[in-house]
Amino acid sequence: MKLTLSWLKDHLDTDEPLTALADKLTMIGLEVEGIEDKAKALAPFTIAKVLTAEKHPNADKLQVCSVETGDGAPVQVVCGAPNARAGLVTVFAPPGTYIPAKDFTLGIGNIRGVESRGMLCSAAELEISDDHDGIIELPADAPVGQAYAAWAGLGDPVLDINLTPNRQDCAGVSGIARDLAAAGMGKFKDPSVKPIKGEFPCPVKVTVEDAKLCPGFALRLVKGVKNGPSPEWLQKRLAAIGLRPINALVDITNYLTFDRSRPLHVFDAAKVKGNLVVRRAQDGETLLALDGRTYTLDSNVCVIADEHGVESLAGIMGGELSGCSADTTDVLIESALWNEINIAQSGRKLGINTDARYRFERGVDPAFMVPGLDLATRLVMEFCGGTPSETVVVGNAFGDDRIIDFPLSEVKRLAGIEVSLTEARRILTHLGFMVAGSGAVVKVAVPSWRSDVHGKADIVEEIVRIVGVDKVPMTPFERGDAPRKPVLTQIQTRTRRAKRALAARGLTEAVTWSFIAKPNAEAFGGGQPELALANPIASDLSDMRPSLLPGLIAAAQANADRGFPDLALFEVGQIFKGDRPQDQFIAASGVRRGVAASQGLGRHWSGSAQASALDAKADAFAVLAAAGAPMAGLQIATGKLPAWLHPGRSGAIQIGPQNVLGYFGELHPRVLEQLGADGPLVAFEVILDKIPDAKQRPTRAKPALELSAFQPVSRDFAFIVGRKVQAADLVRAAQSIDKKLITSVGVFDVYEGKGIDPDKKSVAIAVTLQPRDKTMTDQEIDAVGARIVAEVTKKTGGVLRG
Amino acid sequence: MSNLENLQSQILADIAAASDEAALEAVRVGALGKKGSISALLATLGKMDPEQRKTEGAAINLAKDAVTQALTARRDVLKAAALDAKLAAETIDVTLPLREPLAEAGRLHPLSQVWDEVTTIFADMGFAVAEGPDIETDDYNFTKLNFPEGHPAREMHDTFYFNPKEDGSRLLLRTHTSPVQVRTMLSQKPPIRVICPGRTYRSDSDQTHTPMFHQVEGLVIDKGSHLGHLKWILHEFCKAFFEVDNVNMRFRPSFFPFTEPSLEVDIECRRGKDEIRFGEGEDWLEILGCGMVHPNVLTACGLDPDVYQGFAWGMGIDRIAMLKYGMSDLRQLFEADARWLAHYGFKPLDIPSLAGGLSS
Repeated sequence: MKLTLSWLKDHLDTDEPLTALADKLTMIGLEVEGIEDKAKALAPFTIAKVLTAEKHPNADKLQVCSVETGDGAPVQVVCGAPNARAGLVTVFAPPGTYIPAKDFTLGIGNIRGVESRGMLCSAAELEISDDHDGIIELPADAPVGQAYAAWAGLGDPVLDINLTPNRQDCAGVSGIARDLAAAGMGKFKDPSVKPIKGEFPCPVKVTVEDAKLCPGFALRLVKGVKNGPSPEWLQKRLAAIGLRPINALVDITNYLTFDRSRPLHVFDAAKVKGNLVVRRAQDGETLLALDGRTYTLDSNVCVIADEHGVESLAGIMGGELSGCSADTTDVLIESALWNEINIAQSGRKLGINTDARYRFERGVDPAFMVPGLDLATRLVMEFCGGTPSETVVVGNAFGDDRIIDFPLSEVKRLAGIEVSLTEARRILTHLGFMVAGSGAVVKVAVPSWRSDVHGKADIVEEIVRIVGVDKVPMTPFERGDAPRKPVLTQIQTRTRRAKRALAARGLTEAVTWSFIAKPNAEAFGGGQPELALANPIASDLSDMRPSLLPGLIAAAQANADRGFPDLALFEVGQIFKGDRPQDQFIAASGVRRGVAASQGLGRHWSGSAQASALDAKADAFAVLAAAGAPMAGLQIATGKLPAWLHPGRSGAIQIGPQNVLGYFGELHPRVLEQLGADGPLVAFEVILDKIPDAKQRPTRAKPALELSAFQPVSRDFAFIVGRKVQAADLVRAAQSIDKKLITSVGVFDVYEGKGIDPDKKSVAIAVTLQPRDKTMTDQEIDAVGARIVAEVTKKTGGVLRG
Repeated sequence: MSNLENLQSQILADIAAASDEAALEAVRVGALGKKGSISALLATLGKMDPEQRKTEGAAINLAKDAVTQALTARRDVLKAAALDAKLAAETIDVTLPLREPLAEAGRLHPLSQVWDEVTTIFADMGFAVAEGPDIETDDYNFTKLNFPEGHPAREMHDTFYFNPKEDGSRLLLRTHTSPVQVRTMLSQKPPIRVICPGRTYRSDSDQTHTPMFHQVEGLVIDKGSHLGHLKWILHEFCKAFFEVDNVNMRFRPSFFPFTEPSLEVDIECRRGKDEIRFGEGEDWLEILGCGMVHPNVLTACGLDPDVYQGFAWGMGIDRIAMLKYGMSDLRQLFEADARWLAHYGFKPLDIPSLAGGLSS
């Protein structure tokens, strides 16, 4: 919402300086986003006269002009505008001038061999309108040499207010003035409108088919008008807030839209056939609207029609064919009320944003429908003459009687500040409320223009914003005797620990988009219709991610493309297996690319290697351990693996086949190819939600420590087994002999190659025995060893290496 | 000089000349071994008469002692020299560069760090952390929060929708974390003190907007909390979060459908070339919105607005992270550029705490 200072002063008697007014506006909820002082910004632009204009010797579309600037001899300027011609009075910028629209400072130019000492300007170049068809044309008597902005009345500073959607009443300058007056910044001038008596019946009848869509409609004819340019003061005001003056009748509607937040429409009565009907459009009906575009309508759109058909989109935009032009002699002025939701929906559907729509969809002052028409009529008669008809009014409920029982204690209860009834009454009265009573609970009548005020809390806001939120004292908010317990939920704690565990392994955390391209989602088990956005912002951000890996793979490739091929990235975040809350999980995932084994990124004298599936496994286990998973119970399964993994170099991490916590391994080359990523790449993904809950214990004490008095005994065994035998089976077989006595089984060597059959490998394990009640004899140790060998042989076919 | 004296000095000379332990051993064997020269002299004692034995024996034994002592001393010298030589041969290049410790090389995303910082501050003020799903219903994201159907305020949120279900309803990506407040009010009895951090979505993209971003909201519901408390909490938070002794804040009336009164909060700052300093300067920077929970919201969540009251606020985690740590372009937060992450990210042991400081 833009307005000028002088415009504001039409409605507010004030001596306050501009900055004080602006600061106050911001502090009462009408945030001033900018103050534009064109006179200051455009000071170097002066009025000048083109003396001669001749064709540029070397360019068809350029002219060489001699320009009288009022400062010494005429200067030579090269100009490309088609309307540059001898005798034209226009706007001149000398070298050294900053041109706002082009964001550069003018120098002395040489344009195709001809020197140019300055520039003749279009309105667009001065950022005073969008008009860039040619240079500005000023009246012949405009004073050459004077500052243009001051002469043009652009010296009136423009305030730009970031209006909140609830304050439709402040979409008019008078509403803003009322707020400022309530805040002590001046006196609000009486906004009332004297009715205009009609001199003959309105010849056009109005039928409203659906009062829900159109609660009120007022219409009158003014005949015998002479339309033409509106008065200069009005044109300047409209131009100052970025509107283009058109003709007096149209300018009046735009003026009242911004002056009183009362949008109006004017029809050229000669172009309207028969009576008007307010109705729903028929499907497929079309209208050529004032913006020059043809809209195809449906029955959700409310229109005003005559015997020709649709003439106007109700509350949004008028039709081109019935619009007012310089030839208009009889004008129909419409002032109506529209259903807010219908206007919003129609405007959105048709893609039309207008000043009228903005106001109607927020709910204009219903009580001002008829006065607004009277005010418009007065201006029409003032600017264009003519004789007004009587007013046709359809509908009868123009405003409700909202009366709120308001306990003054609400101010203290909600805002923590004491305000006296006198002060509250003063504020509310200034804002147009009526306050009755003087007890603990008063009755407050809400003005018709405040459609946003419904209850006690709204009244509190009115009082507090005018008193000033800065007056509300800060009050310590004690935490009381609430126990100091952890505030994170289990999954939050797991998330936090998972992130730091992975970073501590040298990985770098990425945050990638929650939505990914559909084929990528499908490659990782997603892409279901219920997880596809109806209105994605881009086709590659269309489906909720079923896994963090597509995003991480893309990120790894992007980094490789930037020249960083060795890297380890992780992410901990939400993934989506369905659209219900319980289908959203927290995954921790990572990828390693290039020379990025667990010991670190890049080649190093101390040893370095390409990341392998087992590095990804180590990452996964680090996350699970940090997140509190029961590590001793984890198993690796290689049977059923998702298609995005290399079938021979990957595994599932599970606690029994029913609870798969996640996967690790090398990514399948086919999937990498689909994602446009170069391999090999190793990855893991674990679902933190799937970790079983730890047992709750009543105290923090750790279980008692049992230390054996007897030394542990270690024995090594090397087995020759088939190449496909899994180490885990071998370890499990050894362990199973005596779970109490055997405290650990480690694999300390795996060998394939010379000396071993090509389809075999050697696996060496170290078994630690911990006697509890006596030292073991060699015989006893040997007996355990023999049982281990027998069991391993039975389970794996392995034989002790000779 | 007697023969014995000659022999002794010869042996001592040999000992001194022995260059390693093997040579020394040869000298020892030559002198004190079974067939050694001194052993041979000792063997002659048996054939002597007692008087001669007395004098000769003492002399030979003296010589033997001298030789033995010299051998021991020389052996120590040679052993030390041998060790020195061995160690000298073992020299390695200790100037070889190390790998960076993994815990120094890894990085947390700045959003994770700021999440932890914010949680730490509010936990100290007695706030619990609540979370909810990203995919929400229209009811929780809008209707219960007092956005009437078709209301223009809904348009302030460029909402991502899913396709309609058979019954006509359609889910959406939450446009703010406020539905978590709804879920909290529906599932917990007051008093309520929670913060709701989470990922949010709006269909918008430029230098200051990304279609995905993060918010942290706060909610207090009880029977007495008012705007004065809200101002205090936010002031305390800003001081703690930006790690300054004081910060000037400006609370301006504003509008949100779910709060009444509603406020926007600006923080005073000085804008430098590459940084923004808080607690000084003359510019105002908008950082959050807040207000008293709207009675319609309380009612929609099953609470009587004449009995219960409270306030809520919301701010962008991405935004406050950028302001605090001097990141200029929001989009870079989600580009996973390893260089950017190495620069703006945090080390895993940089754990925010009240005792040790948020950003140490």
